[in-house]
Order: sequence, then structure tokens, then C-alpha cells
Amino acid sequence: MSSPLQREDVARVARLARLTLTEAELDLFTSQLGQVLEHANDMSALNLDDVEPTAHPFGLINVFRRDVVRPSLDRDVLLSQAPDAESGRFAVPRILGEAP
Amino acid sequence: MKSAQTIANDVRDGSSSAVAELQRSLARIAERNDELNVFLYVDVEGATAAASAIDERRSRGEDVGPLAGVPIALKDNLCQIGIPTTCSSKILEGWRPPYSATIVDRLIAAGAVPVGKTNLDEFAMGSSTENSAFGPTRNPLDPSRVPGGSSGGSAAAVAADMTSISIGSDTGGSIRQPAALCGLVGMKPTYGLVSRYGLIAFSSSLDQIGPFAKTVGDAALLLEVIAGHDPLDATSLPEPAPSLVAHVNDGMAGKRVGLVRELYEGADESVVASVRAAAEALREAGCEIVELSIPELRLGLSAYYLIAPAEASSNLARYDGVRFGRRVDGEDVTAMMEATRTAGFGAEVKRRIMLGTYALSAGYYDAYYGQALKVRTLTIQAFARAYAQVDLLLGATTPGVAFKFGEKSNDPMAMYLNDVFTIPTNLAGDPAVSVPFGRGEENLPIGVQLLGPPRSEAQLFAAARVLEIADGRA
Amino acid sequence: MTTLTNGWEIVVGLEVHTELLTHSKLFCGCENHFGSEPNTNVCPVCLGLPGSLPVLNEQAVELAMRIGMALHCTIAPSTFHRKNYFYPDQSKDYQISQYDLPINSNGYLDLPDGSRVGIERAHMEEDTGKTTHLGGSGRLAGADRSLVDYNRCGVPLVEIVSAPDIRSSAQARAYAAELRGILIATGASDGRMEEGSMRIDANVSVRQANAPYGTRCEIKNLNSLRSLQRAIDYEALRQVELLEEGGTVRQETRHWDEDRGETSTLRVKEDAEDYRYFRDPDLVDLAPSQQWQDAVRAALPAMPAERRAALIATITQPSDAQRDAIEVVIDLGLEHYVHSAVAAGADAATAISRVANEIAADLEHVANLSPAAFSATVLMEQSGALSATQAKTVLGELLEHGGDNPQAIAAAKGFEQLSADSLGATVASLIDAHPDEWGRYREGDDKLAQFFIGQVMKSTKGQANGKAVIAELQARRQGRSQD
Repeated sequence: MSSPLQREDVARVARLARLTLTEAELDLFTSQLGQVLEHANDMSALNLDDVEPTAHPFGLINVFRRDVVRPSLDRDVLLSQAPDAESGRFAVPRILGEAP
Repeated sequence: MKSAQTIANDVRDGSSSAVAELQRSLARIAERNDELNVFLYVDVEGATAAASAIDERRSRGEDVGPLAGVPIALKDNLCQIGIPTTCSSKILEGWRPPYSATIVDRLIAAGAVPVGKTNLDEFAMGSSTENSAFGPTRNPLDPSRVPGGSSGGSAAAVAADMTSISIGSDTGGSIRQPAALCGLVGMKPTYGLVSRYGLIAFSSSLDQIGPFAKTVGDAALLLEVIAGHDPLDATSLPEPAPSLVAHVNDGMAGKRVGLVRELYEGADESVVASVRAAAEALREAGCEIVELSIPELRLGLSAYYLIAPAEASSNLARYDGVRFGRRVDGEDVTAMMEATRTAGFGAEVKRRIMLGTYALSAGYYDAYYGQALKVRTLTIQAFARAYAQVDLLLGATTPGVAFKFGEKSNDPMAMYLNDVFTIPTNLAGDPAVSVPFGRGEENLPIGVQLLGPPRSEAQLFAAARVLEIADGRA
Repeated sequence: MTTLTNGWEIVVGLEVHTELLTHSKLFCGCENHFGSEPNTNVCPVCLGLPGSLPVLNEQAVELAMRIGMALHCTIAPSTFHRKNYFYPDQSKDYQISQYDLPINSNGYLDLPDGSRVGIERAHMEEDTGKTTHLGGSGRLAGADRSLVDYNRCGVPLVEIVSAPDIRSSAQARAYAAELRGILIATGASDGRMEEGSMRIDANVSVRQANAPYGTRCEIKNLNSLRSLQRAIDYEALRQVELLEEGGTVRQETRHWDEDRGETSTLRVKEDAEDYRYFRDPDLVDLAPSQQWQDAVRAALPAMPAERRAALIATITQPSDAQRDAIEVVIDLGLEHYVHSAVAAGADAATAISRVANEIAADLEHVANLSPAAFSATVLMEQSGALSATQAKTVLGELLEHGGDNPQAIAAAKGFEQLSADSLGATVASLIDAHPDEWGRYREGDDKLAQFFIGQVMKSTKGQANGKAVIAELQARRQGRSQD
């Protein structure tokens, strides 16, 4: 990846990650993240077409739980931790769009 | 400070009591915590009740467990029911989890007395505790220096004799590096040996909980208590806890140990000298030392700094101000989430979320995240080839001794490079232990690192014990 | 059904989400139950509390495999991914779903009309919570704030994605109905669209015959089979009109408004989300063993198509009404009554009619009715011992109170067959009263038999047997008793 990170890339990523960056932070992150990605060039340059990716260190498979109901948590305890609650539910400000 | 083994023995045979041991621990915390900023929360009431209960049970003749009455410090990314848990982040300030981590339950069942929660780099992202939202922890051996991180608080608790043992978590070196910088034994076990249920995730495929102790014996005892399969963690290894304490003094006669160039090259001279001296000590204990080069390990840093942020960017999405923790109001739900996250996360956490989001985003996945997963495969294969030749590997834990505050905190890349020797084992899922060996500048401790194949903890402790003896500490 | 003109063709692919009938949620032990008090079926895992971890529900995998097998899919090793997007009904701000390696792929579904619709995949994922909107008359648009209930969050789902093989709204409806029957038959789902346990999204496009596929729109909020059919018709016409006016179809998600009978833009796809899918590192791969697969396959019950064919085979040249009755029997899974009655020697058509009408009307009590008692009742009706009306009353009694002796019920009700003499006298008096009708019947107009049956039933309060009345009429026509 020779193309250095652009400021608009950082701005786009910030939106995706739900973070607001100041102009100064945008500049700083563009340069700092660029450095990390530049360091990753040692890796990006390798031809690893024949190598399988490893998402997980050991190849465990088929780990299950039985379909048994276990007690749920006390709602009052949960809602006492919520920033805002109403009528037994978690309350949020208005939602502007449907879920994707 | 008494070892955990001694405390447990004394409490079990009645020559001491859990309450007395706790009071000693609390007194030490009261004495030094303001200066060192080790504990974010001390649970005096809960710990006192737990200690009294142990003494009462003992007086009734009950078996009070292998860690009977041993005060223990928990890194503040472990959930304990009803106890404030922050991950050293403002975003979780005030949150009291309604459940406990599996290992917290296991520790309590074994008689240990959790005294409080220790400081860390926010969400375990860092190598110095300078990224804590609640101020850095100071190294008890030299308060002008960092204790290392991210488990700096847990390391400092033991180094300052506040507790004999503590729990940390290690994603890229976060137990081994502070252990080295504070002169302790610290182990990152095989991935899946210790349940992650209740450990607040940084990078799920790399995170692993492990012990800090002053002695190899205590570290082995603590790991034995917390290890073993947990049905609540799908990535937990299927087998029960291995027998570790019984093998600490097995020795290393006839074993082959690989001295890995990539795991010490570029380190300070004193560190390289310590690694060579450790190799010599192992040779004297009957090991054959084989000089090895594993070039693939050089790629570990790049892979790690894409994989860990990628997973973190997703793991940290849930801090959105809806269900728990802090909220900063906004016009609509998206504005609220953004305001909450912007105010709640510190700079390093934001940096890594950004990096990880970028690495996973459309058009960049293959070049960064996908490529990093392949490098992970190369790392695993390279280690496997090495372990076909030798039993264990030897190298440095850190490039240098404890550094001064501010020395690296303005340069993320310099800070990241501090993890270069510890990261490869996290990528492979293998265990590794840092054990103090020799001294560097200002007489500060140096840690050497022993690495092994999956499930080789018993042998790693045996090797660490050889070095502990050779270093003249026991 | 709307028919498009000018050579336009509808192309539809359906995405059907079905909740699985497990006891507990997909990744935790909270109860999977519709209608509980808000936020009472939640725990650290499904609420996404820091430090919690998911563990896969074995039964959910089994039910997913049943669906896959019933749809002739290939069952393959699969993985779970995280689909990352921020939304308050999603407790972790990512959804655990299957992505490039789903458990079921490449199957098909044959419809009753003989057409085949391909199944691209049927993968597992977790459901989201539910939001309630305050202000703005309870709708999302215009609301001041919203409340979230996470009871549904983490409930297991299977999403069944069809190939774009559907060519009409009626075919789409038939596909959804058949799929619903299959889901119910496998025991994987209760198929209740009104409770949201089966939800349908439709991808609709139009094209000129054999042209490449057009730009598609995804229609959401289809809460019934009727909505599905209406929405597809509306949407196809909308797209055709747009194209014929020289416009272009924009790829977007549209909302079906059942009251207004139209779709409207919900979200334009250009600002497509970047979901940043990656393997969920908290979960391991899923690779059901051959042994497990074989056991699931062996235990799979007969699917609606096979069961329908078995019932149709009991009737020679079934009428449309009889086919509809068979659909009801299959849909309700009640065909064992029919098979039991047929085995006992009863007429299948009568048995099917009684099941589709009398039993279907009182499903609440169906457990009270034994197949043996049902068979005996149908046989009594067939032999003339009970009139149709009486047989229905006896079935009603059996459903309400149970029991295995329809004869005793008939006796207790005083349902004794009208004696031949009594029937003869009744018919004779009706012939006298309706000379015109009798005349036409005698001339050979058999339709008038129904008239006389009706009159006999009226005057005997339903105690007569229709077949016996016909026999009596025929006998009189042939001059057995010319009085």
C-alpha cells in the first residue's frame, strides 16, 4: 500500500466509528495512522496468495451450549445502570432512520 | 512480603488469619497508593467480609482452598459483581457490572480475597499506563518511570508489596512487559487456557488473562487456580486446568532451548547481555542451547497493529451511551452516540478504533486485515517449525528497562515498537513467561522471555524456576 | 394479481427471516419467548455488557439444519461474522451473522403449481431488540424519543434467501406460503407472521423478457401474505411506469404502507453502509458431523408437498374446494385424522371436509379428539346412522369433552336415524306440497334433489341423512310407490 492515508479517509472512518474529530485531530491522526500503515508495508508487499488466513489461533470447532433456559438478570439492576430509562425500557433520543 | 504460597499455608494452618493478611495488604495500599496510583478502587468492605468468612470457615475445619486468605489485585478490565469497573476509561465511569468474570469466581472459590481494581492503559491499549483516564501508575522501583502496561497497576501492586499476586491481561505483551519493568514473574498462558468470560475485550483473538507474582511458584499456583475449561467461553480449551505447581522444580536437564535472534536484536546492550546470561544459566542447568533465526517474527508487529485494532474497533462499538456507562446528550441518537464516544474515549483508544475501522473497511480489508491474518498463519507455522527442533525459545521481553514518563507517549510508533518481542506469541496463541534476570541501567530489573508451544506452561515455569535460582532470588 | 403489459416481466427474490423455536436464545440462556415484560429476558450476553461472550445454542443449529435439509440445501462447514453498524436496537452495535460461509446453501423449493424456486442460502443470525417510539403518533418519523426492549435481541433467526426466480406476485405468495408450511413442518418455526416470527423482504425489479435483470428495490414491512402480493404488484407497476416515462429505477429500500397500498423510499442504497464484516473471534467454526446430519435427516418429518400429495391421492379428481380443504388440513398438520379414518374404511372426502371445517374451527380442543373417535364418527355418518348435521354435533361434543364413544353421544343426544317409514312419510308430504318441483325432478332435473333434501332437513331439524333422502326420491321417481 504505497498510497498514503488521506485526510478524507480519516474523516470517513471517523464517521463510521461514530467519533467526532477536531481539525487538529484529523491532521494528527492522518499522519500517525499513516505511519502505522507505512510500517505495515513490509507485510503488504509480501505475496501471500497461497497462505490461508488465521482468524483464530487454534482450530476449535463445534463448541455449543445446550438449549436450556438460565435465569435472566434483574431488570431493575440493569436499568439502574442505564443512562436513561422509562417504562422498563432503555430510553434514547429520537432515531433518524430505520435500521439497515 | 510473604509469598502467596506462604500466606495460604499460614492461613490454612492457623498461624495467620485472612483478616490479618488483608489488613497488612490494606495498610500497604494506604501507605503508597496516593503516590503510585495503583488501585482505582479498593473494596475494603467486601474484602473484609470475604476474609472474615474464610477465617470463620477455617475455624469450622473447612478446607479454605489453595489461595486461602491471599489478598489479590485485579486489573480493572475484569468484571466483579457490584464493583466499579472502568477499564481506566471515562466512558465506563460509574459502571458496576451485574456479574463476575469466571476467573473472579474461581479465585474466590479458591480462598483468594480480591482487594480492588488496578489501573491500566485505557481498554488495555498501551505499554505504560500513561493512557489511563485516571492518571498513570508509577513504577514502585523508580516512581519517575513507568511500570509498563497495559497491566501496569497489577504489576505495581505486587512490586510495591500491596499484594503478593495479581491478575493482568496480555494482548500483545501487557503482562510480560510490565512484569519485566517491575521485576516480576508474569505469564501469558496459551490462548484459551484461562476463560475470558468477564474480561472486557480489547482484541478477542489475542487477549489472555494471566498471573503476576514475585516468584515462579506463586505464578504457577495462581495460574493453576484460574485455568481450565469454561463453558461460558467458546474459545476456552476443552481440558481441565493442568498441574503446574507440582512441576515447577522439574528442572531443564536434557532440554533444548532456542535462542532466537529476532527476539533480542535491537534491544539495549544490558538486555542482550541478560538474555545471553540466561542462556548460559540454562546451559549450566543441562540444556542444549541452539541459536535460531525466525525471520517471520519481524512481521508480527505490523500484523498485530492491524488485527488488534480491527477487533477492538468492533468490540468497542457497544460503548454507545444506550445501555450502561456514560452518555453525552445529543439531538438524535446518532449525535448522542458520537458525542458519548468522542468525550468518553481517550486519544489512543480513538487512534486504534480508527485504525481498525480503516483496516476492515471496504476496499482495504484484503490489503490490511486479510494480509495480517495471513502473516498470522506464517507466524504460527514458523513457531511450529522451531518447536520441532527445540523445546522452548528464549529472548528478551522488552528492548530496555522501565522508561521515563513522556519518553514515548508522544510517538505512537515508538510506543508500539516496545511490544516487538512479546507480540509474536499472542499472534500464535502460544504461552510465554517473563522472568527477571539481571539488572540494567540504574539497577533496574530486566526481564527475559521464555516461549513455548501450546500448553507448555509447566515446562515454561520449570525453565523460569531455573533462571530464578540462577539469578539468586530463591 | 396485476398483469404487466408491453412485454414487461416481474423478477422477485425473497428474503425470509424466521425465528427459531428454541427454548433459549442463540448465544445465551435467556428465554426465547414472545410477549414477556420488556427487558426481562436479558443477560450480560444478549445485552452486550462488557466482558460477556456468546456460546452457540446447539438446538438452533439443529433447527437450521432441518430447514436446510427440507429445502434441499448443501450443509457445509460455516463461520460466524460480525456485521458492524450502530443502531440502538442492537446491543453490541454489531450483529452476529453468517456471511461468506453459511450453514445451508444451494437448495430449492418446489411450489404446488410445479414451478421451482432456487434457494441461494439459509443462514443463521441473531435477531435485534424492539424499539417503541414516543411522540409523532408512535411512528419512527416525528418521534421525540424511543424506548428499547432487548427481549428479542439474540433470538435465533434463519434467513432464507431465494434466487431471483419468482416471476409474479402470486408465485411469490405461493412460495412464501409453501415455505411457511415447511418451516412449521420442520418444527423450526411457528410461522406466525403477525407476531413477527416470520418476516419477509421482497427484492423486486422489472425487465423486458430475457433482458438482463433491472435495478431492484427491496420492500420491507410485509406483514402478511396479502401485503406481500399487493406490494409486489404495486412496486412492479411503479417501476414500469417510471421506465416507460423514460426514468430510471434507483436502487433503494422501500417501505410498504398497507393502509395506503403503496411503497415509499426508506433508504437509498447509494449511501450503502460499510458493514466491515469479519469473523467473530469469540466464536469457533461450525462443522456439523456427518453423524449429526444423518440423525437430523432421518428424524425429518414429511414436508407439506409430500403430505399434500398423499391426501390428494385419496380422492379421485379432487375439486377446487376439496383442494382448498386439503390445504387447510396440511397447513394445520391434521392429516393423521384423515389417514386414520381412511384406514378404518371411511370416505376420504368426507373425512377431509370434517377435518378442514369442524376440527379446524376448534383447534383449541383438538387434543381431546382421538383419531379413533373421529374415524368412528365419520363411519357413522357414511353409513347413514348419523346425518351430516348430527355428525358435526357429535364431533363438537368429542372436541369439547373428549371421549371415545361417538355412539353413546349420538344416543344421549337422541340422534336416532329417522325410520324409513317416517322418512317416506315426510318425503311424500313434501312432494304434495311442492308439485312443480317434483314434476321437474321427475322429468330428470336432478338438481331438484338438493331442494328436497333441504326441505326434508328443515322439517326434520337435520335428523335425516341426505343420501337416504336421495334414495327415497329416486325410488319414488322410478315408481316404487305410485300413490
